[in-house]
Amino acid sequence: MKITDISELEKIAKNIRIKIIEQIYRGQSGHPGGALSCADILTVLYFQQMNINPKMPTSEARDRFILSKGHASAALYATLALRGYFEEKELEGFRNINSILQGHPDMKHIPGVDMTTGSLGQGLSVANGIALSSKLNKNGNRVYCLLGDGEIEEGQVWEAAMSSAHYKLDNLCVIVDNNNLQIDGTIEQVMNSRPIDKKFESFGFNVINIDGHNIEEIIDSFEKAKMVKGKPTAIIAKTIKGKGVSFMENQVGWHGKAPNEEQYNQAIQELSK
Amino acid sequence: MQKEQKIATRDSYGNKLAEIGEKNKKIVVLDADLSGATKTSIFAKKFPERFFDMGIAEQDMLGTAAGFATCGEIPYVSTFAVFAAGRAYDQIRNSICYPKLNVKICATHAGITVGEDGATHQMLEDISLMRTLPNIIVMSTSDDIQTKWAVEEISKINGPVYLRLGRMAVSTIYEQGQKFEIGKGIQIGEGTDATVIATGPMVEQAILAQEELKEKGINIRVIDIHTIKPIDKEIIVKAAKETKKIITIEDHSIIGGLGSAVCEVLSEENPVKVTRLGMKDCFGKSGKAEELLKYFGLNKEKIIEEILK
Repeated sequence: MKITDISELEKIAKNIRIKIIEQIYRGQSGHPGGALSCADILTVLYFQQMNINPKMPTSEARDRFILSKGHASAALYATLALRGYFEEKELEGFRNINSILQGHPDMKHIPGVDMTTGSLGQGLSVANGIALSSKLNKNGNRVYCLLGDGEIEEGQVWEAAMSSAHYKLDNLCVIVDNNNLQIDGTIEQVMNSRPIDKKFESFGFNVINIDGHNIEEIIDSFEKAKMVKGKPTAIIAKTIKGKGVSFMENQVGWHGKAPNEEQYNQAIQELSK
Repeated sequence: MQKEQKIATRDSYGNKLAEIGEKNKKIVVLDADLSGATKTSIFAKKFPERFFDMGIAEQDMLGTAAGFATCGEIPYVSTFAVFAAGRAYDQIRNSICYPKLNVKICATHAGITVGEDGATHQMLEDISLMRTLPNIIVMSTSDDIQTKWAVEEISKINGPVYLRLGRMAVSTIYEQGQKFEIGKGIQIGEGTDATVIATGPMVEQAILAQEELKEKGINIRVIDIHTIKPIDKEIIVKAAKETKKIITIEDHSIIGGLGSAVCEVLSEENPVKVTRLGMKDCFGKSGKAEELLKYFGLNKEKIIEEILK
């Protein structure tokens, strides 16, 4: 199943956002801001771009996705459920003691999760290992890794970026969810990781700047990335933290907070429009 | 025990790894700019396409190994113990142990026997750090024969392993064909006057003490604990019941290492007094390995002194 119709993909993204809010509201725990900001990227990856089969979640030749910013788990779980990796009903157990849906992605228990993440800064190294393995075995599959713009303050990200370029991992595509907020404030206030594009460029990446909420631009950037040989690609996706819910948008306080009933109702209403 | 030809367990590792790489094409090797010292260079020369130098970036290296493991490769990862278990602890914890990925961390240059490089490079806490992590097997081998066995054996297990290796050359304790089993200690001698429970390069020292004491009419037994986790409770409890003294010795801190593991077993199963020899909550220092062992009381003389007390 690969959906190419833009409005159809936009509908799916909306649905993912609704499911993000539902999970976090029901579990009264989770990270809405950074989940909402990457919903469009996940939509394109799982419904348009990646070669995957939910019926065979561990097939060797599949494309891989690593949510390095693991706290956006609600977005990944919603995407996986809608894509058919597991029942949508599972989402009701988000972060609950009897659920497979751990606070952060757990590859051992959740179908479709390609790597366990949560401790920031570790995903790109893992993605490199997968990309190297793919090259070694001539599998021809692609590896996608989503990083947060706060996350790239972790030094390991830059160790890994060096490796991606050193090993010419053109089967690797990094996406930075550039929503400009982290827990303690804006990126500029807390620890300025800008200019993000220039950093990746100087590390040897092919860099593409896009609007991370424009489905067409996201698709186009992934297509361009596939054409580039001999170097990895980094897509710097300008996004809005809390995208789609008016009172959450660009609000630092909605990094890791669950909505109350009134806020939940308003959020669902706005997202259902 | 062959005292003439000494060999460091890092050499045994490097040679065996290159050998098993021939049969097992799933093995890939990663190193962090230390392949000459960790001896993965032997594998690298033979199989350059399956060797990955990750540069001086251990955290990235362990993460990359995790990625390989998710694809079915069997990564052997080497660097000095201080940079593996220490610097990349969180990567080992979250990217390897939690998802139980099939990564073999073969860390060389453990303990004060590193010698001249001094305290910054002498890893004294790795057994302690690794042993607290769920899902990982922690090993510390004592000679050439045992190390070569371990290097191959761990490739047959699906899950993380930490194998602690040394820089200092040690005597060959075992004969070819000696049977080993992960999680089972080796009892050397039947003595009942005392038991010395040792691991890694300290097993040689324990055997030397055993030989010397025998001449004095004192019969001790030595237990070689090559698998610190899961630990062989049975052999330890048996020794506590049958012998008069229990002494542990390790080229590692007495906090959290073999001595602690033995105390945990005995305090629950068969409480007796245990004397722990090892690094006593201090850092090491520069010097020749042998000088340091004497300085810090990690040799046969110290064992004998403790037993004669």
